[in-house]
Amino acid sequence: MIGFIVRRLAQALVVMAAIALISFLMFRYVGDPVAVMAREDASVTERQELREKLGLDRPVVVQFVDFIGRVVQGDLGISYRNQRPVADLIKERLPATLELVMMATLLSLAIGIPLGVITAVNRTGWLPTLVQSVSLVGISVPTFVTGIMLILVFAVTLRWLPSFGRGDTVQIGWWTTGLLTISGLKALILPSLTLALYQMTLIMRLVRAEMIEVLSSDYVRFARARGLPARMIHYKLALKNALMPVITITGMQIGGLIAFAVVTETVFQWPGLGLLFIQAVSFADVPVMAAYLLLVGLLFVVLNALVDIAYLVLDPRLRTRAS
Amino acid sequence: MSERGQQTGLGRAFVRSPKALISATGALVLIAAAYLAPFIAPHTPFELGSFSLMDSELPPAFLPGGDPRFLLGTDMQGRDVFSAILFGTRISLTVGIAAVLFSAAVGTLIGLLAGFRGGLVDAVLMRVADVILSFPTILIALLISGVARTLFPLATSGTAAILVLIFAISINEWTQYARTVRGQTLVEKGLDYVQAARISGVGESAILRRHILPNVLSPVIVIATINLALAVLAEATLSFLGVGMPPTSPSLGTLIRIGNENLFSGIWWVVVFPAAALVLLVLCVNLFGDWLRDALNPRLD
Repeated sequence: MIGFIVRRLAQALVVMAAIALISFLMFRYVGDPVAVMAREDASVTERQELREKLGLDRPVVVQFVDFIGRVVQGDLGISYRNQRPVADLIKERLPATLELVMMATLLSLAIGIPLGVITAVNRTGWLPTLVQSVSLVGISVPTFVTGIMLILVFAVTLRWLPSFGRGDTVQIGWWTTGLLTISGLKALILPSLTLALYQMTLIMRLVRAEMIEVLSSDYVRFARARGLPARMIHYKLALKNALMPVITITGMQIGGLIAFAVVTETVFQWPGLGLLFIQAVSFADVPVMAAYLLLVGLLFVVLNALVDIAYLVLDPRLRTRAS
Repeated sequence: MSERGQQTGLGRAFVRSPKALISATGALVLIAAAYLAPFIAPHTPFELGSFSLMDSELPPAFLPGGDPRFLLGTDMQGRDVFSAILFGTRISLTVGIAAVLFSAAVGTLIGLLAGFRGGLVDAVLMRVADVILSFPTILIALLISGVARTLFPLATSGTAAILVLIFAISINEWTQYARTVRGQTLVEKGLDYVQAARISGVGESAILRRHILPNVLSPVIVIATINLALAVLAEATLSFLGVGMPPTSPSLGTLIRIGNENLFSGIWWVVVFPAAALVLLVLCVNLFGDWLRDALNPRLD
């Protein structure tokens, strides 16, 4: 087992190194850093000095090692557009995205799990058919269309909820939160619902499949034979055992949600990491793009490795296969 | 079952399935309408001078205040929304179909090579595919688009934007074909008929082309259909985010973006109709792909 973990971690390191290399190549070769950072009227010698000051005249390998060293210390360069350290920009935007993703995850679990149980327990009738058809239409509706329709109904027509921004926020240390004010909570509803819909279908299908399997097991049949109430069998006995894969998948999906938040944040002008990234893409702000790639890449590599290792620890059957 | 028997079986299943008939008809009507746009569109929406501000922000023809010349109303500049949707669907479909063809060709070739050759080639190609697959399509597409914008500032014009989009979408999607074709090739390569061909002195490329390729095509067709829906969605999302097609040659995604910027002026038809067209197109292709997967029932990885 130790061997497997070491190999899995080594593999994660290789992937991370590849991501860092791509990020470095973008940073260094996409666009000319000197042309962007120098004054318009800088002379040739001034440009040369800046080039040396930035270390751009040294061998590429040395520059790459330097780049890694700076990244590890939290120095992600200066944004071309804002002329501010990229690390500061990310720190400012991170709370908004994390609160959005957290709320979306809670919503998708709160709605997806009961729907999955209900459709697994009553496999015929109008409700499961309805849920099934809605989820088929659901995967054909892109996130941004869902968001726009929600805005059209709840913000433009009914005027119940705001359509953009975070509302009022409260500062706690370097973290800004919208969870403590009424307007902040109201602003969170539509974006988190939009982001949650994408994951809700997945959770519902997963719970349904797991529940159907668990419901046909011996202990559930035994509980039925003993005459335990159906409610208790479904929610106390069966659901508990069906939830394990749901938790793993939900954990794995958090990375996907953060990446997917790019679209939701654009629709609702939510001031998070996704909006920062999309503005960087539109304005060719390479340092921000490279930093976002590094950050999200790290998140994905770590989550994937953790999930693989967790499976190994939790499921003894895999241990013999791995070794 | 013979090849012919399989085909007539598929045809019969098609005629008998309402899902297949409806979705295929819907998709064909939308595709025909898009490619016949120059002939059936009542207006030429992207020729300056062919529309006038006098006609701006007219509601759909069937609502009070509507103008019979503009079936689905007009936008802020007086362009006909219906015509814009027809031309927009054409661009969306062109990008989607091209991305599917490109990624299917590249993915199938890589899958065949990896499966047939094995060894280091196989190991490296499949590791690359694994890593790409573990990242969301939209993220990689955004990065490619961002890099293209920085390297070639002209890439935001019409034709160049189409090429960048096709590449950005394909770089993710080839992996699915490659994995499936590789798996199937591994199976086929051990079968007697391939051994027989080899013994009879048939060359490697001829074995791949004439014997293995026809046998791995049915999963490729199924993945391609489902991926067409995904590619159209990816294109729409990128254009909506403002890094896809420019407003001068808008796809459905660009039209929705433009409509979204004017959501609060109350002209909902500018965003709702293009969005409906997009959802309808994707839904038809998705349903057809769903049916095709059940009907052909290939082994998919």
